[in-house]
Amino acid sequence: MTAKRFRPDVDAPEWKGGHTPYDIVKEGVIALVVVAILTVLLAVVFGSPDEPALTVKGWSNSDPMDFAATALSELNGTSGTAQYGAPYNNASTGQQLGPLTLAKWVGDRIPVNAANAFVVNPLRSLPEQPVLSADLQQWSNASATTRAGWVNNYTHAANHMKVVGGQLVVSASNAGPVQVMMSDLFQMARTGALDQALVTQKGFYTTDYTLPLLFLADGAYMANIAQKQHLTGDQWGMMNETGNYPGQAWLWLYTFWYQVSPMNTSGNGDILVWAIMMLLTLGLVLVPFIPGLRTIPRKTKVYRLIWREHYRGLT
Amino acid sequence: MSTTEVDRQWTTRLRKRVTAKLPPEKLLPDTQPSYVSSWIYVFGVTTMAALAVVIATGCLLALRGPQWWHGSSVGHFVNSLHLWSVEIFFFAMVIHLWGKYFMAAWRGGRALTWMTGVVTFVTSIAAAFTGYLCQTNFDSQWISTQAKDGINATGAGAFWNVLNMGQMLMWHIVLLPIAAVLLTAFHVLLVRVKGVVPPFDDTATVAS
Repeated sequence: MTAKRFRPDVDAPEWKGGHTPYDIVKEGVIALVVVAILTVLLAVVFGSPDEPALTVKGWSNSDPMDFAATALSELNGTSGTAQYGAPYNNASTGQQLGPLTLAKWVGDRIPVNAANAFVVNPLRSLPEQPVLSADLQQWSNASATTRAGWVNNYTHAANHMKVVGGQLVVSASNAGPVQVMMSDLFQMARTGALDQALVTQKGFYTTDYTLPLLFLADGAYMANIAQKQHLTGDQWGMMNETGNYPGQAWLWLYTFWYQVSPMNTSGNGDILVWAIMMLLTLGLVLVPFIPGLRTIPRKTKVYRLIWREHYRGLT
Repeated sequence: MSTTEVDRQWTTRLRKRVTAKLPPEKLLPDTQPSYVSSWIYVFGVTTMAALAVVIATGCLLALRGPQWWHGSSVGHFVNSLHLWSVEIFFFAMVIHLWGKYFMAAWRGGRALTWMTGVVTFVTSIAAAFTGYLCQTNFDSQWISTQAKDGINATGAGAFWNVLNMGQMLMWHIVLLPIAAVLLTAFHVLLVRVKGVVPPFDDTATVAS
């Protein structure tokens, strides 16, 4: 039988040397005890961050103008969610990887009609109020064109929007029911009722926070707080967490790509980063089969440090 | 029952196959080749020990539910234990991974061992990420709303909704830990079957 040619980056030499005693169970127990002690020490010394979750109530009281502008953007279709595309709606194509429109192909499987989800449906959940009920009825009965006209007129007037004595003040004419709807939504938010209305649209029990999170993300309030906590995309984003904690440091490479061109400026930045990371991950999985990558360990000879006792014994 | 009949049983055949591949002395060895002598080997077992602590502290958090730790000093401490065991887990795992890379630990028919290790690493990243999504605090809000754009852009967001805390909690405490533990077990069994990769030998000319 002919011997195979030895490929040093694929084949391993047969070990003909000696063996030493090795207590695998003892090693495992010692490792467990050491790690447990280290964990307790780190937890005692450093603790863990727990910045309370934001609420729509807090948002509308702390930054009422941002809340009102965001709510209006949901109604007039200019918000991030309203224009997002899949999986929430068909308002845009979404991000593209060359000719591939992956999100659009999958479609709007988590449908969100911004005007209804964030404004109309929450208002309908309020207890019977004659004026609001009549206005909501007027809204329901109107054609899409009429509604668009009302919202348009209100949006123009909202350039001079003010909050006076806890009331939203917009001097709009020909805005139909929009003035009352926006004013009542504003009050609803400030009392905390909107927080509940956003999570209970599918029933009493819920663990799905898609709507309130999309709503919060459409405003500037959450992003401003995140900026102060060094959490925005240009601050190495979500690999960090609040406070001085290591966060998800293992996401450094993923976050790195968001800092470099063209990903940091492209409208398709997210899908570009994901494509790069998928390729790199596939490359890492397949290292044993990729000439060049699998050669680096032998060429760099770092292994001589790892097995220095073995090599010292050979000389 | 005849001997032939017993030999043909699925159970008998499975037992024979398993014990041939992985006899007890390989599964729980009492000696190792003498080259297995470096601090780098500590990080594999450290990763597994940290995984055990991660799961134990996660189970403690599960006892009182996902929001317990916000209003209880004991709960907050358990959360801190969970957080730091995860940090140790990844620290050890990354060093283990780089160590194995520079050992070219896939040599000698160990490619599957390397590949399962990398897949375990990626699965663990997903597990940790979902943990951040179901903390029910500001970090969860910010990380989920930032992450949604990347995942939605791939089309996966339509099925794996990072804004759905219930879905992410289930992935974090059930599906991903099961996957991580099974992958780890398979990875370790492969190490035991194939043994620890020997050092490079520049003079070797015949494959083992």
